[in-house]
Amino acid sequence: MKRSWFPALVTLAVLAFFFAPLAMLVLNSFNASRFGGEWEGFTWQWYEKLREADEVWDALFITLKIAAVSSITAMLLGTLAALALHRFKSWLQSLHSMLVTLPLVMPDILMGMSLLAFFVALGVELGMTTIWIAHVTFSVSFVTMVVLGRLQDFDFTLLDAARDLGATHWTATRKVLVPLLLPGILAGGLLAFTLSIDDYVITFFVSGPGTTTLPLRVASMMKGRNLPMINALSTLMIASTFLLAALAFRLERRR
Amino acid sequence: MNCRRECLLTLPSLAWMLAFFAVPAGLVVSMAFRPSDLRGGIGEGWSLDTLKAVVEAGYLPVVWQTVWLSAVTAVICLALALPMAFHIARVSEGWRRLLLLLVVVPFLTNFIIRIFAWKSLLHPEGALTQLLICCGLVSEDAMLLNNAGAVLLVLVYTQLPFAILPLYAAAEKFDFQLLDAARDLGASPWKAFWRVFVPGVRRGLMSAALMVFVCALGQYVIPQFIGGPSDEMLGNKITQRAFGDRNLPHASALAACLMLAVLVPMLLAALWRRLFGKEAAS
Repeated sequence: MKRSWFPALVTLAVLAFFFAPLAMLVLNSFNASRFGGEWEGFTWQWYEKLREADEVWDALFITLKIAAVSSITAMLLGTLAALALHRFKSWLQSLHSMLVTLPLVMPDILMGMSLLAFFVALGVELGMTTIWIAHVTFSVSFVTMVVLGRLQDFDFTLLDAARDLGATHWTATRKVLVPLLLPGILAGGLLAFTLSIDDYVITFFVSGPGTTTLPLRVASMMKGRNLPMINALSTLMIASTFLLAALAFRLERRR
Repeated sequence: MNCRRECLLTLPSLAWMLAFFAVPAGLVVSMAFRPSDLRGGIGEGWSLDTLKAVVEAGYLPVVWQTVWLSAVTAVICLALALPMAFHIARVSEGWRRLLLLLVVVPFLTNFIIRIFAWKSLLHPEGALTQLLICCGLVSEDAMLLNNAGAVLLVLVYTQLPFAILPLYAAAEKFDFQLLDAARDLGASPWKAFWRVFVPGVRRGLMSAALMVFVCALGQYVIPQFIGGPSDEMLGNKITQRAFGDRNLPHASALAACLMLAVLVPMLLAALWRRLFGKEAAS
């Protein structure tokens, strides 16, 4: 039967809507015009300005440090959580599952505000530690979901086979379960890493003096006069997002 | 033995989420009943002063604006995501993976950068304004930025993947032969789409609507950078109270209101699902 062209047209239009602003940013990062309304010639000058902007590189360093530490923590906690949720069915696991899934639907601002209130009430100084705690809290749920998806396909008779062949529980876990789950765990960790680099709202609430992450730096630059430099920075960030997405895509395919 | 293993596996994440998710969320609600102190901290004792101040400050127009913007965002997102999910579910495996990747990649691009992209597109000297002036669609002094329409546009831009992904998941399970059957029985393509496909994916439709609505309710960055002073949402008021005035109890009371606004539609949806699920099973 003849298919309508309308859904295909909407899909195409939405994808154009998704990519047009990003393409515009990339294009304007090479545009000599300050506002990018029209093309005034090719230039590298915004990238050169960016290279000299130390505050941006400091922010990048802080962001990467936090993302690395919090994604590793989230990877560990999320994998354990997924194993527990998959293996056991009890009242404890219903509570556990609720606590792990609720952050997925909680708006960022509420998580940021409640963590800020929590840290102020405890008298904790805002800084690297508080950002780390916040980032782990919102990314554990995502890692758990990714690993849980992997566990659903996992053949648990393999573990029994290893035990039958004389492996201890610990050896079977280490030599059979972990290697087979690893692509899922890494994909979850990569997601946590991306989310940590991306986060603006929650970080805004729990960051202190001297812990300005890259999104916070970009937001404060948006209020200033160095707008074309943000184009150049955005282009580099979009490129790295595409690379990370391609990497996660490959990991996901290696079943 | 089994019990000990369960506890060992569960404890780390459970303890973490209790300490840094459940307790802080409870704390925010309880802080609405604490007075503020002048140094920007939390005052001693319990009182209703903060709640009284919140009621007297007259947030009703902002609450209304927040709900209105989020509802319209949800409707637009669903209208765009429905045909899109329909299309993605029907194409070949290779195309499907590519299209899904294309939906997800802009969604993974830094949030603040996507907002900046729109801010520079809508800027009076930006590309979109210039293009529209060239086509004679708007006047020379048109202001695309700093109004509710711009906020709505960017809200749709950022929330749309939240609608597409659950709807696609539902459409993937839909049996498309039902559509052919409807067509064979004489239904027009539109009628088959509305009377067969849309009811078939109603669960996905509901979770998509809920997801977009709830996420939009908590927005404050988009109105802050894209909207004018009259387009503020509840989230903006929370940050202003928390950082502008350093009045944490007041900000917490507002956050508790927002939490209520988020929980009510979610509980209603859960209730509806339970009622509906039983009906479908019997």
